Amino acid sequence: MSGREPVTGRAAITHAAVLVLIAASATLVYALPRSILAFMSFQASLVVVYYARLPARAKLGYGALILGLVMPFLGSHNAYYMEVAIQVGIFVALALGLNIVVGLAGLLDLGYVAFYAVGAYTWAVFGSPQALKLFPTATGLFPLDGWWFFPFLALGLAVAAAAGVLLGLPVLRLRGDYLAIVTLGFGEVIRVLANNLDKPWNVTNGPKGITPIQRPPLFFEPALRVLGFEVSPFALYPLYFYFLVLAVVAVVIVANRRLERSHIGRAWEAIREDELAAQAMGVPLVRMKLLAFATGASFAGIMGVIFSAKQLFINPESFTFLESIGVLAMVILGGMGSIPGAIIGASVVTILNLQVLKGLSLWLNELRNAGITILGYNLANLPSQFEPAKYERMVFGIILILMMIYRPAGIIPARRRRIETAAPPEGAAR
Amino acid sequence: MDWQLVLAILPQVVIDGLVLGFMYALIALGYTMVYGVLELINFAHSEIFMVGGFVGVEILLSLQSHGWLGRINPFVALILIVLAGMVVAGLLAVAVERIAYRPLRSAPRLIPLISAIGVSFFLQDAVRLTESLWRNAFYLTYPSFAVLNRRIELGQSIDFSVKSIVVIAASLAMLVALQFLVKRTRLGRAIRAVAEDQPTASLMGVNVNRIIALTFLIGGAMGGAAGVLFGVQYNTINPFTGFIPGIKAFTAAVLGGIGNIPGAMVGGLVLGLLEAFAASYLSLFTGGAFGAEYKDIFAFSILILILIFRPRGLLGEVVRERA
Repeated sequence: MSGREPVTGRAAITHAAVLVLIAASATLVYALPRSILAFMSFQASLVVVYYARLPARAKLGYGALILGLVMPFLGSHNAYYMEVAIQVGIFVALALGLNIVVGLAGLLDLGYVAFYAVGAYTWAVFGSPQALKLFPTATGLFPLDGWWFFPFLALGLAVAAAAGVLLGLPVLRLRGDYLAIVTLGFGEVIRVLANNLDKPWNVTNGPKGITPIQRPPLFFEPALRVLGFEVSPFALYPLYFYFLVLAVVAVVIVANRRLERSHIGRAWEAIREDELAAQAMGVPLVRMKLLAFATGASFAGIMGVIFSAKQLFINPESFTFLESIGVLAMVILGGMGSIPGAIIGASVVTILNLQVLKGLSLWLNELRNAGITILGYNLANLPSQFEPAKYERMVFGIILILMMIYRPAGIIPARRRRIETAAPPEGAAR
Repeated sequence: MDWQLVLAILPQVVIDGLVLGFMYALIALGYTMVYGVLELINFAHSEIFMVGGFVGVEILLSLQSHGWLGRINPFVALILIVLAGMVVAGLLAVAVERIAYRPLRSAPRLIPLISAIGVSFFLQDAVRLTESLWRNAFYLTYPSFAVLNRRIELGQSIDFSVKSIVVIAASLAMLVALQFLVKRTRLGRAIRAVAEDQPTASLMGVNVNRIIALTFLIGGAMGGAAGVLFGVQYNTINPFTGFIPGIKAFTAAVLGGIGNIPGAMVGGLVLGLLEAFAASYLSLFTGGAFGAEYKDIFAFSILILILIFRPRGLLGEVVRERA
């Protein structure tokens, strides 16, 4: 890109094409609210912006235009898309966090949602009447006021990071595959604790979960009213959470990029490639691994706080092994160690789950109801168990196997890996 | 503390622990043998176990629907389903190795592990889909045999069912047979040679690929047998049954020293007994504050402690770091 001088005519065409694409796909989404393809073309416009031959600043501008203006506009007309966008954002942050642990530092963490759970429960317990069951004397203090949500973002981050360090301290000396099993065990331990800590002290309220959880205050509502917008809180909250998630994702991306290019990121990658060599070069192994664990965990923690406030209700079901593997599948699909990869991976898997599989289920249902006969087979006889939306494990499984066999570096390989695969050094086979 | 009560239920707890322990030992063998030859945690092994359980229940249910179940000797039926479970699970394990692990043999360690997780998830849903289409249900119950459920009483408070004896005896027989196979036969020597040093074994005329496939076959068959016995013992099975016993069995393998076959057996027994003790006594000793739900946490804590303080396990040798 930097090798050639930008030709003004060409640049203008690119700009125009990008704008037309954004406008066209947004119109499609607006006009066809139920079409998955329309929404996917809208998402593709983001990818196009990323790959377009444009200066970085213009890309950032278009990205901001799509995510900051067009998406909220579409989302306020169709709440479902807003929900999808928020989910995608949450998983992007989780995938970016896991990307640090698995992709950069090469530590396979199979219990990553445990940290997400820690963050979520941190706010859920204190931001709901649940805390009264723990401290019955503190009436009037709990549930904490909505304003506390913001300090709790930091607290959730800190608690999750502390959990990461606490888990990491004993186990990070283990070899990679043992570490994977121990983190898996940790994930299960957190889930079992969440399920059973309703006695002897009622911390988590067990399988029944915690509700209602406080939401952050709509502090900008008066300002909106002054500007002449009358929006009900019901419609405002999705937008609010959307921008909150977007902001956190932006911070996470910046942090990720800065870390990747710092001496810390290089130390992580050195550990990933060869622990012994890294140690010989003076990389403090345990400290660097702990840092990776804590950083990854902190992203999950902060998203956990947001998740619990958004959902109003959490229970242990949201933090299963399946979720951990889902996030892992996102990182691996996109490309281990690759930031754009993690983003794309998270978006693709979430949309696959929320939209494509559900869409397929609906479509099959319609076929069943229509009772059309194809090749002598009446579709009304199609078993009702055949519902793609319920088979996300199978989808994750297939993603993991196929990616490992055919494209272990992912859809968008990390830059350093791309350089390596382009010119394999001698004796590269291990 | 009611010591009388503690003592009174002790024999029962030991029997429960032995049943569980032999089950873990059978599953742990699959993990430990594969780890021995490939240094891979075969994450899909828990699903091989689960498939074995489904083979057993499917055969029994189809016998039942034809009305033949009452007519054959329960022990013959039991042997039949264990053998069928072993064959299917063993072949499935070989297929999994061929499709998902062999192409990745020269890749960095984490790559086949991730592929194994993928296989595990895929198999869970594949079984769920097949069973939902076939039976419209995927939580299946083993038909019960009156003979197997009969209880033998020894004294006032101690009794155990015939089937727990059957489970223990069957497991013991298989463990002995396996030990003989590995220690005394040409095949066993080839397996040990491949585990020791693949290139050298191959230079000595051992067909490494075939031995690895065979290892998966044997390990898978043991897992399948364990699946059937699990179903017979605990009556129900579902596509997600494998996960927790699988992790526990892996813990057992690590406890005994991964890669070490007698170690897997010892580890399985120790873990089974510890878990039975935890399940029965935890609430007794903590005054009801922590109940049997915490037995899984207990097992995982053991895993973590062993890995930190004695990563070689109870009977393990030093595992080389592959640099």
